Amino acid sequence: MGEFEVHRVRFFGLVPAGVRCMAYQHRGCRLALARTDGAVEVYNFAANYFMEKAIPGHQARSVEALCWAAGERLFGAGLSGDITEYDLERLRPARTVDGFGGPIWSMAANNDGTRLAIGCEDGSVKLFQVVPGGVQFEKNLDRQKGRVLCLSWHPSGTHLAAGSINFIRVLDVRSGNELPQRGSKKRECVVWSIAFLSSGTVISSDSFGRVQFWDWERGTLQDSHTVSTSAVLSLAVSEEEDSIVVGTSAGATYQFQLLPVKAGGQEKRWVRTKPFQHHTHDVRAVVHTPTALISGGLDAQLVIRPLMEKVQKKGYDAVLRKFTFPHRRLVSCARKARLLLFQFSQHLELWRLGSTNKTGTPHSAPPHLQGPEHIYCSCVSPCGSWIAYSTASRFHLYRVQHEGDSISVKKVPGVPKLLLPAYQLQCASDSGRLFVASDRGSVHVVQLLEPGGCKHLHTICVWCCSGTREAVYLLASSADGNWLAAVSGDWEVHIYSLKHFKHHCTVPTYSCAVTALAIHPATNNLFISYSDQQLFEFSIPEKQYTAWSRMVQNSGLHKLWLERDSPITHIAFNPKNTSQILLHDVYMLCVLDKSLPLPDNNTLLVNQSTLKQLSEPARRRQLHAFKICKKFQPLLFADLLDERCLVTVERPAVDISAELPPPVQQKKFGT
Amino acid sequence: MAALCEAFTLCGLGPTGGVGLGSGLLALEPGADPDHVLLTDRGRTATLFKVSDQKPLGCWSVKHGQIITCPVVCNFETHEYIAVHDNKVLRIWKDKDVNLDKVFKATLSAEVYRIHSLPHAEPLVLFRGGGVRTLDVLLEAPQQEIENVISDEVIKWSEAFLEGQQPVLIFVTEKDGDFFVYIQKLKMRSLCKYKLEQQELSNPLCFTAYIKKQIITLLCLYSSNSVYKVLIPLQQNSEEEEQTLSKSLLLNLSISGSVLKGTSFVVLDKDHVAVLGSLAASGEESKECLTIWNTKFQTLQASKELPLGTSGQLWCYGEKFFFTHGKVLTVVIYKCETSSLAAAVGKLKDSQTSDLSSFVNWNTLGDEELLVSCQSQQSVALKSESKMMLRSKKSAVEDIQPDASTIGQFLLSIKDASTAAVEDELRQLLSKAQRPDFQAAIGCVISALINRCKADPMFYPRNFLVQMIQKRELSYSLCPDLMAVALEKKDVHLLQICLQRFPDIPEEITYACLKVFLSISDDYLERTDVDLESVISYIDIEPNNKEVKTEVVENGFSTELEEDGCDVTGMKETHMMDSVEFCPVGPQKAALLNAVLHSAYSETFLLPHLKDLPAQQAVLFLRYLHYLYVKCSEKINTTLPGVLSPTISQIMDWMCLLLDAHFTVMVMLPEAKRLLSSMHKFVRAQVRFYSELNKIEGSLQELQRIKCQKDSQAYSIEVLELI
Repeated sequence: MGEFEVHRVRFFGLVPAGVRCMAYQHRGCRLALARTDGAVEVYNFAANYFMEKAIPGHQARSVEALCWAAGERLFGAGLSGDITEYDLERLRPARTVDGFGGPIWSMAANNDGTRLAIGCEDGSVKLFQVVPGGVQFEKNLDRQKGRVLCLSWHPSGTHLAAGSINFIRVLDVRSGNELPQRGSKKRECVVWSIAFLSSGTVISSDSFGRVQFWDWERGTLQDSHTVSTSAVLSLAVSEEEDSIVVGTSAGATYQFQLLPVKAGGQEKRWVRTKPFQHHTHDVRAVVHTPTALISGGLDAQLVIRPLMEKVQKKGYDAVLRKFTFPHRRLVSCARKARLLLFQFSQHLELWRLGSTNKTGTPHSAPPHLQGPEHIYCSCVSPCGSWIAYSTASRFHLYRVQHEGDSISVKKVPGVPKLLLPAYQLQCASDSGRLFVASDRGSVHVVQLLEPGGCKHLHTICVWCCSGTREAVYLLASSADGNWLAAVSGDWEVHIYSLKHFKHHCTVPTYSCAVTALAIHPATNNLFISYSDQQLFEFSIPEKQYTAWSRMVQNSGLHKLWLERDSPITHIAFNPKNTSQILLHDVYMLCVLDKSLPLPDNNTLLVNQSTLKQLSEPARRRQLHAFKICKKFQPLLFADLLDERCLVTVERPAVDISAELPPPVQQKKFGT
Repeated sequence: MAALCEAFTLCGLGPTGGVGLGSGLLALEPGADPDHVLLTDRGRTATLFKVSDQKPLGCWSVKHGQIITCPVVCNFETHEYIAVHDNKVLRIWKDKDVNLDKVFKATLSAEVYRIHSLPHAEPLVLFRGGGVRTLDVLLEAPQQEIENVISDEVIKWSEAFLEGQQPVLIFVTEKDGDFFVYIQKLKMRSLCKYKLEQQELSNPLCFTAYIKKQIITLLCLYSSNSVYKVLIPLQQNSEEEEQTLSKSLLLNLSISGSVLKGTSFVVLDKDHVAVLGSLAASGEESKECLTIWNTKFQTLQASKELPLGTSGQLWCYGEKFFFTHGKVLTVVIYKCETSSLAAAVGKLKDSQTSDLSSFVNWNTLGDEELLVSCQSQQSVALKSESKMMLRSKKSAVEDIQPDASTIGQFLLSIKDASTAAVEDELRQLLSKAQRPDFQAAIGCVISALINRCKADPMFYPRNFLVQMIQKRELSYSLCPDLMAVALEKKDVHLLQICLQRFPDIPEEITYACLKVFLSISDDYLERTDVDLESVISYIDIEPNNKEVKTEVVENGFSTELEEDGCDVTGMKETHMMDSVEFCPVGPQKAALLNAVLHSAYSETFLLPHLKDLPAQQAVLFLRYLHYLYVKCSEKINTTLPGVLSPTISQIMDWMCLLLDAHFTVMVMLPEAKRLLSSMHKFVRAQVRFYSELNKIEGSLQELQRIKCQKDSQAYSIEVLELI
């Protein structure tokens, strides 16, 4: 196949924000996760843990607690003192209600999701009723001194356990009266997390590294386990209440299980069973699903550790998963101008790639941003002269002028008022148009005018034809400017004709989330990758799957390909060879050659190093379609600049950990 | 493991219930069907039982006034029953006959002792006078005269076997406390008489016998609570002279202090006997019990208490014991499986059998045991100076067992045959095809050879021994005396091979080898044949040899004093330099010492012995180790070239060990001083060198780290090749 010149970029200084809290919705198998920068993400466990939705953060909006309530409604509460309901279709905060109790430290929903309890800075616990269209204040429970750091409902919904500094209180929800206080200590002890079991046991974890089991009626300590010398920050109970997981500030998680003292006996005790050390920093959030322990830490890692005794068969769910990077593309590339645009949460960086023949250093020209809002999406046009980005409430377009090595960025005035936010931005290959993905499945088409203007051309809306309310989160346009493919949150892929600004067809529905898509410049075939690692090729002119795609579905993809960890986030094509497609995920880069036979499960999937050792005829026999390179890890972006030139953007884990605050000092032998 | 299973009652024996009428049982004989037994009581009744159904199938009685004197047996060929009443009247009947008065009757001229019925053969009738007739011969002329062969001896017990197609009858008689064994072979018309070796203060109570491979094994239960074994070869030239049969102890019936007074016993298989008797613990009332013993391991395997008492009779047919227990005839089913050592461990053990099992291979005991017991009996016979016995015994073995006995026979011949003959035999033995137990057999052969060597200083089949050790996977424990003899004979080549081959040489022997090797002069060694493979690649044999030799000749000293001689001549410095370059010992000695270095040892056990090494030898050995150490250090990989050459760690270990053992001596000894200081210098230089290496390693590690850092630069343009 030949050699590529690889521009290996490692200067993308992305530091993912740490995980602050998590909430798991059992019915929908979805995990909501809030980061320290206020961003909220929803992972769909049914779709191979794909990050389905992402709501960027806001400088003023921190999230201290997340709750699923009333079915599939997601609520968050934070130090701003507001309870926020998130609109998961339009991916933005929908409504906020002030708690009137100062910063909110904790929030808990009762078992049937009809009530929310919040614990406030002023020591009050307030109850809210979840009503259609928002939440409604119900009552105040007795107020105490000291912030309420954690809350837990009794499964029956009659009592609440609240943990604060030095105290654990159990509150009667109906009367609002408070039951006797438990556990007063001389030294300040912060109760970080609490759980109320149906048996009446209250489990608390505190800053002394203890996990304690209390009898709430008598106020007596039943059992105490010291798991760590540092604080135990988080705690979660399984649905059966026979297992709990705790996370410590030393990065370790521990499982406790309620086990019979003697085999077959009646008497049961809580026993610390499994320790795990997946994190380097505080484990601020843990979740106990029926089959896995999930932990999220300040090191930005989300770790899904399956409980092997609960997993029925060896498959995708039986493997440890670690996610550090979002399942979104944060880099866009101007192929012709050889520019890279890096999207950070609150700023952008534009870099020019160097070349081998002259020693030009790449440089950056970050456009300055104002405002507290975080960026939803950004893009640079292929010619490199336009930069666009969007926040929750604003859409910005910049004209970039290159004068030798220097760059000047000028804001384009008179940007059309669009329905915001924009979820994805895509520039046409001739840089003449900008496609703005919006909610309700609509796409705005903006014409870019020289020397620095723009005009709203049209809004394509499928809402009228398919009725979707979900936002479009992925876009792909064809090189000839005729076609546009858009994926909305319900995973439907719509294809529009740009000539007539009308809906062309819909790709047959597939029961998994789309992770990336692209239209081939020569054949106008739409190439789609799904979160279950399947690959499809759909011919837009013929409105059907191509023969190659059918062949792939018939013979099936290689087992190792399907068992990969992370989704494909970008697809690119070789402009000179129509059969070659570039795909990448976090751990590999793959050039898919459609002209070669597919590998079956008996052949080696990653065979590049083997092939290098073979003679030419033997090599020819061993060739298969997937040419995988794992040299670049973790890979955030890869693109083909031209036929023989690749650009890769890596973010080494070492560099991230170097930018994190130092973890809890642990004495290691010999240091 | 043998075990007693469930018990059930076959019939009552009381005057009211069933058979016997209270007078007890005469005998129990197998019936025509494996499940049938024939019970004869001491009165006038015989009953046929089906055991599994616990019910009688038939019952026959003689008239009032008559009495059955000989147990009823079944003729397996014709399914007829034969009985003798009133000593002389023979009756033969069938199942359908009811009244014994009306069945066939023959009155004989002599009193019948017993009738023995054998499968596929005519029943044998043994008369009280010792005469034997087959039934058909007897019936042709019932009144024929029966000879009296035993004069006034009384038959105590008899048994019949079928060997090949010919019936063999053995019976034991007693007269005035002497017991005699008669073997009657009917076809051959031969009768052999043996005298049973007498035992003081005890006499045989009960006998049982089995035949295997032409040898009758007679087991006797003595009143001294022991079971003895007597082997009687069947092929015996009938000589007029009466021969004495020697017996060997098979089993001592004692269980941790208490003694089983046996009354009767049966053989279950080659390793198990069942004994019925009363167990008398000291100070306690004796209890009757049925026991199963393993003769191989001398252990009690199962026992069952019989509180109601027995008649002292025990029969065993088809994995079932029959005995009277109280007033009933009880049947006990037993299981008897091949015993393993592990199964028997933990139970009682007796040391009496050690003479039996000196080199028994547990896996192939069947034939081996016979061979061994033959041999042990042989030695007994030798002691009793019965040359005749020896010869006849040997011939018997030769004639009958051509396969199994070659080694046994050879073992015997090793004792006295000429060297040439033995070597010839050995050659034949080695050329034979491999047998599974050949390994054990070779062990026996070598042990026998070594015994001969010990007894006869002229006898030493060196070539054979060397060949054996080189070819077979032998070990020290298989032939423990071999190295001792080799040490005695100063056979250094054999010792060298042993040190190289044996994995389990005791430290004492290793030390002895070392001492011998160090003490033998190089002159002597030069003439001997030593395997030089381990030294040939690092010692320049020819010139060095010459030099050492000339020096020895010039000085007139022995090699050990060579260094002193040099010291005296005043070429100290130069020679010390040389001593590292030249090997302090000749190549032969070096090869032998290498073999010692190569052998496995444990420091704890070797150190006490090593302390006994004479100082001069210790210095010489240390000098050689030092030389090896320097040689090793010459190469970058610190290994000596060649096969079986010592490794640097072996050299260092021995060096430390030797210094530990002789530290004070070394300090005191003037000639060791220079060696020690030279060693110290060399070791110090080495330590310095390695500490330098340490530093380099540190810098290289740093370099590695820098290279890693370099890898993580922010931007690079690279070339990626995809195929």
